Amino acid sequence: MIALRHVTKRFGGRVALDDVSLAVEPGATHVLLGSSGAGKSTVLRLILGLLRPDAGEVRVEPTAPMGYVVQEGALYPHLSAGRNVVLPARAANWSAERQAARLDALAALVGLEPELMARYPHQLSGGQRQRVSLMRALMLDPPVLLLDEPLGALDPITRASLQAQLGRVFGELHKAVILVTHDVREAFVFGSVITLLSHGRVVQQGTLADLAQRPADPFVTEFLSAQAPPPEMARELRL
Amino acid sequence: MALLVCAAAAPAEPPRIRVGSKSFTESYILAEMVAQIVDETGEARAERRLGLGGTGIVYGALASGDIDIYPEYTGTIAQAILKEPTLASVQAMRTRLGARGLTLGVALGFDNTYALAVRRDAAARLGLRTIGDLARHPGLRAAFDPGFLDRGDGWPGLQRQYGLRFAEVRAMEHALTYPALVSGRVDVIDVFSTDGQLARLDLALLTDDRRFFPDYSAVLLARRSLAERFPRTWAALQGRLGGRIDNATMARLNALADLERRSFAEAAATFLGRSSAETARRPARELATLTLEHVWLVAVSLTAAVLLGLPLGILAARRRRLAQAELMGVGVIQTIPALALLSFMIPLFGIGQLPALVALSLYALLPIVRTTHAAISSLDPRLVEMTTVLGLRGWRRLAWVELPLASVTIMAGIKTAAVLTVGTATLAAFIGGGGYGTLIVTGLALNDVGTILTGAIPAAVMALVIHAAFEALDRVVVPRALRAAPSASN
Repeated sequence: MIALRHVTKRFGGRVALDDVSLAVEPGATHVLLGSSGAGKSTVLRLILGLLRPDAGEVRVEPTAPMGYVVQEGALYPHLSAGRNVVLPARAANWSAERQAARLDALAALVGLEPELMARYPHQLSGGQRQRVSLMRALMLDPPVLLLDEPLGALDPITRASLQAQLGRVFGELHKAVILVTHDVREAFVFGSVITLLSHGRVVQQGTLADLAQRPADPFVTEFLSAQAPPPEMARELRL
Repeated sequence: MALLVCAAAAPAEPPRIRVGSKSFTESYILAEMVAQIVDETGEARAERRLGLGGTGIVYGALASGDIDIYPEYTGTIAQAILKEPTLASVQAMRTRLGARGLTLGVALGFDNTYALAVRRDAAARLGLRTIGDLARHPGLRAAFDPGFLDRGDGWPGLQRQYGLRFAEVRAMEHALTYPALVSGRVDVIDVFSTDGQLARLDLALLTDDRRFFPDYSAVLLARRSLAERFPRTWAALQGRLGGRIDNATMARLNALADLERRSFAEAAATFLGRSSAETARRPARELATLTLEHVWLVAVSLTAAVLLGLPLGILAARRRRLAQAELMGVGVIQTIPALALLSFMIPLFGIGQLPALVALSLYALLPIVRTTHAAISSLDPRLVEMTTVLGLRGWRRLAWVELPLASVTIMAGIKTAAVLTVGTATLAAFIGGGGYGTLIVTGLALNDVGTILTGAIPAAVMALVIHAAFEALDRVVVPRALRAAPSASN
């Protein structure tokens, strides 16, 4: 349903993406893995239509609204958490009752107290803000969810607990999820399919086990081993 | 404005003769004489539009038909209005002015020519008797009225004629040159030969031994329609004033207003042989009236500037190319001196409140357009990009996200514009726009610091009040969370 075919994107003279192809099916979680500057965020912004490719093709079907969560949330500071969440529904002219019902359901889904919805973003913790941002992304129940380092700005404990929770939520939702991260552990938690990018090129696509055991390039091994894997991951991947 | 139009159109209204004056004592007094004679004659009711700045403004008002008559000087008519410096006779001027639908009355009798004045002690010390003597003292400092500094029959011509050089020549409002001279800040100023100040301040007038300064005989300059529609009034003006006022009389009347703190109306009435009780019928306009006028000037021009400036600022933030041209345009307006901008308004909008409102609105535009543009184009790009993802387009993107986020900065720009406008609005008096400036202009003409302060202090207070009012308005306009200035927000 989402497909990039031989996509190239330049910013000025710099090549951000060079002949990138990938496909994401509904219900699957796809992880874009790579160092910063590898072109991961550019892939999301092409899918969102915020950028146009210089060459190649970006296909998104059906053309429905997409959920988008970025690092640090990008919540509007002048609106309460609840007003942030219902913003896309207001833009889509939902009734107030429908907005309120959806808001309650989403708060329960991500495990936030309904009282927190009256608070402003600066009155929430980093983890709470990211969950509000996820609620906003899910407000219109989009078939596609794009997450750009959603946990990148959180402390390790919050991050670990939110990873587990997100994993469970994605499991329940059956959406096409594309998650951008530089964190191998996060890729392990979420990713059924992983695309490893480096300098705008696809280095390898496959499961984490594929990447670990049949690296297409010495860079793959180098990237995976640069971040010490937790024991259960090392055990499972027989690293 | 609508009220004014209705009032002007009402058929029962008696005919009016609108009397103008420049913003110095003698012009005010002569105009008062004219107004009192008009009322006495009874053909029409006099409407006073006094203190209309300098020649450019008051002549502009006459030419555009916003006033019917004002006192002028033959030298000014030849040099500044007809631009024929060689023209000498009143009859020749009357013929030339006839082509413009204007006419001249007979000369009033006195000659208020330019003269140079120095302190009497300095004159004795340096041996200054004639203007030519100044050439021997190039270390002196001069302050001249801007009009005198620019006109061919003023400083440039005088300098050539006598070969004068000074260490410093600065432009200064005429009324302010007297205190500057007396306090020793400058050594030479230009004066008028009928100034009431000359006797009191112990100044020496330097003789124009080469007869450089042209004749500045006072005359009444009027629209021809006045003489035609109100023949008895026109005849009364000639009869009562023509040839009746000599230099000494005029200087005494000027001193009456300048030094003895009598009103212009009283000084005029004294000459016309009326008791001051008769003239007391028109009390000086109350501070309350002037306050209302000033508030009106500020409120209307600021509202117009916001209604125009906000969309212009938003447009500039949307179109980068357009922004350059637009910001340059409003910037250029700001560089036009306020008085010049006001005088540009006269051919388009006449005199009174309307041209003042237009000029003030234009002045207030820059801070509003610039801050709106800056505020919207410097919003966090991630927050702006998110509006597209969330499906916010057009006015919703603007009203729900961009304007609230930019509101703190935009309000600061409007606040700046408001406080600036309170100050600039005092200049509206120069084109008959009313407000506190009326007192300031009158005070400047009288060289009366007290009168100036009665206009300047309320204006300063109003600036403070308006600033406070906008601080309060912030609470309504700026979203609550943004006022707290959160440091940990995303």
